[in-house]
Amino acid sequence: MAGALMTLPAGIAYLLLLLLPTLATVLLAFTDYELGATALGWIGLDNFREMLADRGFGVSVRNTLVYVGLVTPVSILGGLGLALLVEAGARGRAFFRAVFFLPVVSLTVAMAAAWQYLLHPTIGPVNAALRAMGVGTPFWLSSSDTVLLSLAAIGVWESIGFNMVLFMAGLTAIPRELYAAAEVDGARGGFDRFRLVTWPLLGPTTLFVLTISMIRSLRVFDTVAVLTQGGPNKASEVLLFTMYQQGFTYLRLGYSAAITLVFLAVVLALMWVQTRVLDKRVHYA
Amino acid sequence: MRARIAVLALLGALVLMPYLWMVAASVKPVSEIFRASLSIWPEQFAAAENYGKVLARVPVLHYLWNGVVVCGGILLFQLLFAVPAGYALAKLRFPGRGIAFGAVMLGLLVPPHVPALPLYVAASGMGLLDSYTALIAPFTISAFAIFLFRQFFSALPDDLLHAARLDGMGEWSIVWRVVLPNAWPAATAFAIFSVVSHWNDLFWPLIVVQGHEHATPALGVLYFRSEEAGDDFGAMMAAAVLMTLPLVLAFLLAQRRFVEGIATTGLKG
Repeated sequence: MAGALMTLPAGIAYLLLLLLPTLATVLLAFTDYELGATALGWIGLDNFREMLADRGFGVSVRNTLVYVGLVTPVSILGGLGLALLVEAGARGRAFFRAVFFLPVVSLTVAMAAAWQYLLHPTIGPVNAALRAMGVGTPFWLSSSDTVLLSLAAIGVWESIGFNMVLFMAGLTAIPRELYAAAEVDGARGGFDRFRLVTWPLLGPTTLFVLTISMIRSLRVFDTVAVLTQGGPNKASEVLLFTMYQQGFTYLRLGYSAAITLVFLAVVLALMWVQTRVLDKRVHYA
Repeated sequence: MRARIAVLALLGALVLMPYLWMVAASVKPVSEIFRASLSIWPEQFAAAENYGKVLARVPVLHYLWNGVVVCGGILLFQLLFAVPAGYALAKLRFPGRGIAFGAVMLGLLVPPHVPALPLYVAASGMGLLDSYTALIAPFTISAFAIFLFRQFFSALPDDLLHAARLDGMGEWSIVWRVVLPNAWPAATAFAIFSVVSHWNDLFWPLIVVQGHEHATPALGVLYFRSEEAGDDFGAMMAAAVLMTLPLVLAFLLAQRRFVEGIATTGLKG
């Protein structure tokens, strides 16, 4: 019985703070509840219908996909490259690991402010450098053509060290003998070793990093809230920011809950794909 | 191998660029920032002005203190709930164990943004908005913490627990006096993961906090930017430096633990 008693505090907190609120979000998504309203009506799928009809929501979904599509591959390939490069020798290993990891532990909001200065159209060092080289100077965060690209660059900068550390953990788990064996079998250069040993054995790690990167970039909120507020002209409106605005600026909780469910559905789908693929394909152990 | 260091140094410089310019701008006078010169080194030092302005206009230390209270409170309750539950799930047989573990696995799937709306309504209904309680409570239960501790405790030898039981210890004192001290690697890894994510969180504080009194460092930066700084990038960067510094310092002092902590817990974001 001690066991049941020991899980009881956690169980109560789980019920009150996680399970019931999550179920409440699901229910809320089918209502027209607005904050402060005394009554709420069951409106079935109307919120979802509105979403499909709302051009703003479509833009938000598209922007989120573009952002995820930019940040995920670059931060994964970059993270893998950095991990291989840092692990390739003993000199400077701890130092460079710390350097690349620094953005992970830095206050995102503060660093977003630093990026705002860096990318400022007139006084920012980036454009000052471009001007000195005689190249055009984009408006970065304040032009709808470049705003997503700029946010994605910040996203990559933020997450590349995180992915690097995960890949490093995967690399240290590869048995050294395999490299020796590959050499005996005729694998000559570094590229052969990577193609025949490292890449296949990193399979599970890569799949895991892929899923986690997509989910993390899907959650992009801080940089948008600080730097662009979804602008200019909705060009950087993303899923969680739309959810936040509908819920807490316009107080349309029902609609906001419906957006949350879309977000949850995508996260769950990604996790499901991960477990399915992991079971089938990339398991070598 | 020379090439390796050269490439790493180049990429490292690129990653450090925002920090360099942030610190540089924080000690430059406004006029110099507006000239947009490419020299990082300031011609005139205005550190006292910029930092003085931040410290005079906004309660920086108070924001940092709020960050400590919130992160400390969250971590304390997470451990209080998760450590016994993780132990029970790993080592004890009891009715409902299967359901409890299933609930933990289910909890792992739900991002914290999902229960946010009803939690906000509840906090608002109970008059708890803009309080430490509202900032801390939603994160006190972490399915991930229970899962992590369960995995770690499962690997502890049963003999250790038998010996403690023979000594007449109850299960509760075994948890805190035998199991937890043997689980420091997992506990520190989780602590680092938890503090880093909640120190940096903006989403939830932005929702429940309204004024300076309970503002976390992330909100503090935001407030200073919208209320005080305007185009004063020097002071803005000074504020950013002050708020970023504590966690970065902690990281530099214990970087191996940080990296290992995030790598082990990163196994689930």
